[in-house]
Amino acid sequence: MSPVLEIRDLSVDYGSLRAVHDVSLTLNAGEVLGLAGESGSGKSTLAYAATRLLQPPGRVPSGEVLFKGHDLLSLTEKQLQVLRWNEIAIVFQGAMNALNPVISVGTQIDDVLRTHRPSMSRPERAARGRELLSLVGIPVDRLSSYPHQLSGGMRQRVMIAMALALEPEIVIMDEPTTALDVVVQRQILGQMMRLRETLGFSIVFITHDISLLVEFSDRIAIMYGGRVVEEAPASEIYRAAKHPYSQGLLSSFPALRGPRRELRGIPGSPPDLRSMPAGCPFHPRCPSAMDVCGERMPALEPVGERRRVACWLEGVHGLDTDSNGAPAV
Amino acid sequence: MTFLLRRAAFYLVTLWAAITANFLLPRLLPGDPVQAMITKLGGRLNSDAMASLYILFGLDEKKSIWAQYVDYWGALLRGDLGLSFTFFPTPVADVLSQSLPWTLGLVGVTTVIAFLLGTLMGVYAGWKRGSWMDSLIPVTTFLSSIPYFWLGLIAISVFSVTFPLLPASGGYAAGLVPEWSGEFIGSVLEHAVLPGVTIVVSSVAGWILGMRNMMVTVTAEDYVLVARAKGLSQRRIMFAYAARNAVLPSISGFALSLGFIVGGALLVEMVFSYPGLGYVLFQGIGAKDYPLMQGVFLVITLAVLVANLLADVGYLLLDPRTRREG
Amino acid sequence: MNFKTRLGLGILAFFTLIAVVGSWIAPYGPSAMSDDLLSPPSGAHWFGTTTTGQDIFSQVLVGTRGVMVVGLVCGVLATFLSILVGVTAGFLGGAADEALSMLSNVFLVIPALPLIIIVASMLPSADTVLIAAVISLTAWAWGARVLRAQTMSLRRRDFVEAARASGERTWRIIVFEVLPNLVAVIASGFVGTVIFAVMLQITLSFVGVVSLSTWNWGTILFWAQSNQALGQGAWWWFVPAGLCIALLGTALALINFGIDEYANPRLRKVRA
Repeated sequence: MSPVLEIRDLSVDYGSLRAVHDVSLTLNAGEVLGLAGESGSGKSTLAYAATRLLQPPGRVPSGEVLFKGHDLLSLTEKQLQVLRWNEIAIVFQGAMNALNPVISVGTQIDDVLRTHRPSMSRPERAARGRELLSLVGIPVDRLSSYPHQLSGGMRQRVMIAMALALEPEIVIMDEPTTALDVVVQRQILGQMMRLRETLGFSIVFITHDISLLVEFSDRIAIMYGGRVVEEAPASEIYRAAKHPYSQGLLSSFPALRGPRRELRGIPGSPPDLRSMPAGCPFHPRCPSAMDVCGERMPALEPVGERRRVACWLEGVHGLDTDSNGAPAV
Repeated sequence: MTFLLRRAAFYLVTLWAAITANFLLPRLLPGDPVQAMITKLGGRLNSDAMASLYILFGLDEKKSIWAQYVDYWGALLRGDLGLSFTFFPTPVADVLSQSLPWTLGLVGVTTVIAFLLGTLMGVYAGWKRGSWMDSLIPVTTFLSSIPYFWLGLIAISVFSVTFPLLPASGGYAAGLVPEWSGEFIGSVLEHAVLPGVTIVVSSVAGWILGMRNMMVTVTAEDYVLVARAKGLSQRRIMFAYAARNAVLPSISGFALSLGFIVGGALLVEMVFSYPGLGYVLFQGIGAKDYPLMQGVFLVITLAVLVANLLADVGYLLLDPRTRREG
Repeated sequence: MNFKTRLGLGILAFFTLIAVVGSWIAPYGPSAMSDDLLSPPSGAHWFGTTTTGQDIFSQVLVGTRGVMVVGLVCGVLATFLSILVGVTAGFLGGAADEALSMLSNVFLVIPALPLIIIVASMLPSADTVLIAAVISLTAWAWGARVLRAQTMSLRRRDFVEAARASGERTWRIIVFEVLPNLVAVIASGFVGTVIFAVMLQITLSFVGVVSLSTWNWGTILFWAQSNQALGQGAWWWFVPAGLCIALLGTALALINFGIDEYANPRLRKVRA
């Protein structure tokens, strides 16, 4: 598998507060990469920073985002504009507010085509609009509808149709189905996965609902306090999550498939950017916290062949590998 | 259409409230200023004029209030607003119909210009937030805090007295006869410059600030972020995505504050002795001409309500959510 | 609190001080005539004199009180009315809401100035307090509209629902759960009303429907206008009062920006 998007040591600041710390992630061709975490974990901030959609006062002090050999962070606004939606499209929480309420969905799809495919004629664009709607299973006469005339699920499908308009390499889905009921949620995600197989794009799937990721993604990265704390194939996360936070997250959602298990939440609440705990940010809520956890942040290190974990519980962090700090157990 | 029907019903209620207030005020407030005026005019009032003043101001105390109310509506529907004391013996309705076009021309046009100009500037100021345009805010705040009439006085003192560039008063040059001639129209335009600019300058700031704040709020909406992610041009995002949504509350605000703005604009007419309703009202105040003052109030209210209805139509065209498919 | 808000509060404090001590520190009586007829600003008369030799500086100082009193009285009265109507409408909903909203919209749409001019000129003696009361009656509607919308959104929040579910009395919920959350909106409505009232009072004085026996900045402008100060080039007669009005208005607007930015963080300045 070849990488299509490589995020290297990316950090994001809001004013003087660091929201994302040196995150490195790779998205491979045709893959679904899941990004999980509670609100405030930095998962959406990471995605917006990587696609240069971050609003002030957010900014990126360091890092690279490589797409086809170019660093997205150093492109000019003009170069970036050509690349946007052509290569990287985003499906937002469309059920809520991602569609412009005062222009028709057809026009909003047409906007994309008119900007990026200036050679297309008006009837060609209209035909493409109809084609896209039928691709996601919406009656084509809905092209002239306004967002308020569509149900939440339909709006989300429109967002997906719009994202696929230019056949991008990468589709980023940010909480795409949060406001929908469970049945519609799964219908839409299932459809998205089938479209991925036929059209062959890669997906970054951001959600707080880890059970959806287990079901629909190939690989999962779990974020906490602006850092990736565990990354592994979805099946391995589901079978045996290593990080106590991953375990907590898994146990707070019911799994649709597989054996039933006890539902437990994670005690406490996600840390505030303004008062991030010292050491591992999760240690105040961690059931297995040790003294060292409150003092130093463990690095994200490989565990086995296909997993990376940032936790003092993992042997690779053993005190012997730590060269510049006193053991504190 | 239900939207427009509801609005129209509301305007009818408002009109009814304004007329009823007009009916009740002279009856509730102490003193009989109109009676005093009639006594002063003595035999110069003919019996018809006397009768309509009695109906309009409730001087016939033998009748019940309900009978008076019915008579009052009857007079209004006949277009009988009584005689003006200031322009005696011209009927109030005639005075109003002569001055209304001047007000519509001056106040109507400048209010629309101020709204469009202020909204456009607000769109840019909100979009370019954090740029040099932010430094305009204190200036516009100061301008919007100046009473219209005082700015008019300053304008006269600078551009008519110190540097006599433009006429300070009137609607057209003395000696001209109103007609469709180039000379007359030119004179009208020349006389409209100072009062017009005064109205625009003192009302534009409010629209800039309101629109800027709405733009700032709307720019944080998801659909604007989506538009940026789509790689659309800045122009397209700014107008079709941000401004199209930000302008909607601005239009409702426009409609609701028209009554206030028109009040300020009437004062500009007073200062410039412009032959519109404001100046007529001013003359009426001096002469305690109640029939005229009440007539001006009714006509202005009616004009504001019609303008409101037009603003509603504009809103309807811009916001699909208010349109209901039949 | 940012610089703009502090500047606004500073100017407001200055005018409040003048309103209190103005009539004591004024060098002349505001109506006292002298032999210096229509003289430009000088050491003896900082803002010059009128056609009857009255000291304009003293008139401005003494007139501040009338302006501030009307602003304060109207602010309090109209804010009270707007809370009464707006919060009740927003909290009760249904038919009561329809009726009260309609009432406030009617008051909003009807042009206030000509109506007040009629009322004021029909009153036998239109003194400061009476005018303040009349202005208040027309000034509450905007605040009521804003408060209604805010209350409606608050009503659906959890803590209010919880209070309702626990059988708390309506007026207790309004006073203890709803009002504390409306403080910013009420404050900004108060300041807006004060601006409106001050402008209206000065306007009414300028057109001459308010009793001229008490001084305010509008009265000064009335005398300036009726004595053709403009035609005689006596700019000092109308410039000081107008600048004071604009300064006071700006100060109040700046305070309101501060409140808005506090209530709506999106409007805050972008930090570098």
